[in-house]
Amino acid sequence: MIEKVDARGLSCPQPVLLTLSKMKEIGTGEIEVIVDNETSRENVNRAAGSQGWEITSVRKESDEYHLILRRE
Amino acid sequence: MERGKNFYATSKGIVVVGAVIGLLAPLLQKFGNPGNMGICVACFERDIAGALGLHRADLVQYLRPEILGFVLGSFMASSLFGEFKPRGGSAPLARFMLGLCAMIGALVFLGCPWRVLLRLAGGDGNALFGLAGLIAGVFAGTLFFRAGYNLGRTTKQTYGLGLLMPLIIVGFLALRIVFPQIPGEPKSGVLFYSLKGPGSQYAPLAISLGVGLFVGIIAQRSRFCIMGAFRDLILFRHWHLLSGALALFAAAWVTNILLGQFHPGFVGEPVAHTSEFWNFSGMFVAGLAFALAGGCPGRQLFLSGEGDGDAAVFVLGMITGAAVAHNFGLASSPAGIGPHGAAGVMVTLAICIYVGFTNLRMTEN
Repeated sequence: MIEKVDARGLSCPQPVLLTLSKMKEIGTGEIEVIVDNETSRENVNRAAGSQGWEITSVRKESDEYHLILRRE
Repeated sequence: MERGKNFYATSKGIVVVGAVIGLLAPLLQKFGNPGNMGICVACFERDIAGALGLHRADLVQYLRPEILGFVLGSFMASSLFGEFKPRGGSAPLARFMLGLCAMIGALVFLGCPWRVLLRLAGGDGNALFGLAGLIAGVFAGTLFFRAGYNLGRTTKQTYGLGLLMPLIIVGFLALRIVFPQIPGEPKSGVLFYSLKGPGSQYAPLAISLGVGLFVGIIAQRSRFCIMGAFRDLILFRHWHLLSGALALFAAAWVTNILLGQFHPGFVGEPVAHTSEFWNFSGMFVAGLAFALAGGCPGRQLFLSGEGDGDAAVFVLGMITGAAVAHNFGLASSPAGIGPHGAAGVMVTLAICIYVGFTNLRMTEN
């Protein structure tokens, strides 16, 4: 099952902290990160890149971004 | 407007933004702003508090158009790029108090994080202690983050509520335009003006406002933040924001040299005192407060222009903090710290630590 990080309504650095903590917890696999602003999307993008996770999809739903991060 | 890739949020973009701000700040000084204070968010909000009569320190009263431009520029950019998002409700009282504490700390040092770099770039060695205090304060803030510190989630607000801060700023701008300084007079309509001291030194309105708007636009697009620069390096080993801060410093240094504004030393530096301990301590408190609130004072202005009501509350806390700092004798001057500056640092440090410890919670997922 895909792991979820719900960072809606949180300001920086919380979305990145939560995402990094989830990455550390599961090591490999898939994480869906939900953010509700462009800045958090950029920050999670950057954090994923620096940790060797790939962004496999970004889905925009009204004001929210659903990012799928994957590491084999 | 649907956007493509946001250039300003790239590694090159943030460096360009930092360098442009680093170029513009010494130019503002050349056009009339105080020494090593082309841009200082804390000092300028303190001057605004003085212009409104919230404190009556007659050397620091001027309704600085740069600050107004920062909010309105960010409002314009965020509206244009679909990023204006009215939001709020994340521990507003805590944010107000953090703003108040941040301002008191900043006025013990005499500058915000931007001015730390601008003072260094002008050759003011005292700012080294402020820089060390800022980094140590931000580091202390990251310890709270690692322990689960979080002020809680925001909720969406109405468009009208998001517009409130930009409208307040438009009101300030109207006051500045309707009541310009009358030469030799300390008051014009409802606004107070300084006849000497830093408050009497300012660039022409059109230049100050123009630069403020431009910086507001590029800083909103790039998320420029000097507190975040150190926080992200300490917390995540991310150099992204720090590269912007370093570009600001380098560009300001070169510009100062070219303009003959670089005067290395410790004694007699503009709007600065030489107490190493209090320069460090003031900025330590400010750095901790900025970290706990999620942004340096500039970033809080840009966020408030994007509709972030909590950032607006932080800004109002800072303006109130300036009034408290001057009315209670907490603010420093070139002669040294204020009569109650030491007590101010201790009380504000205690408040920051209280806010930190009382908001340790694991974020629900």
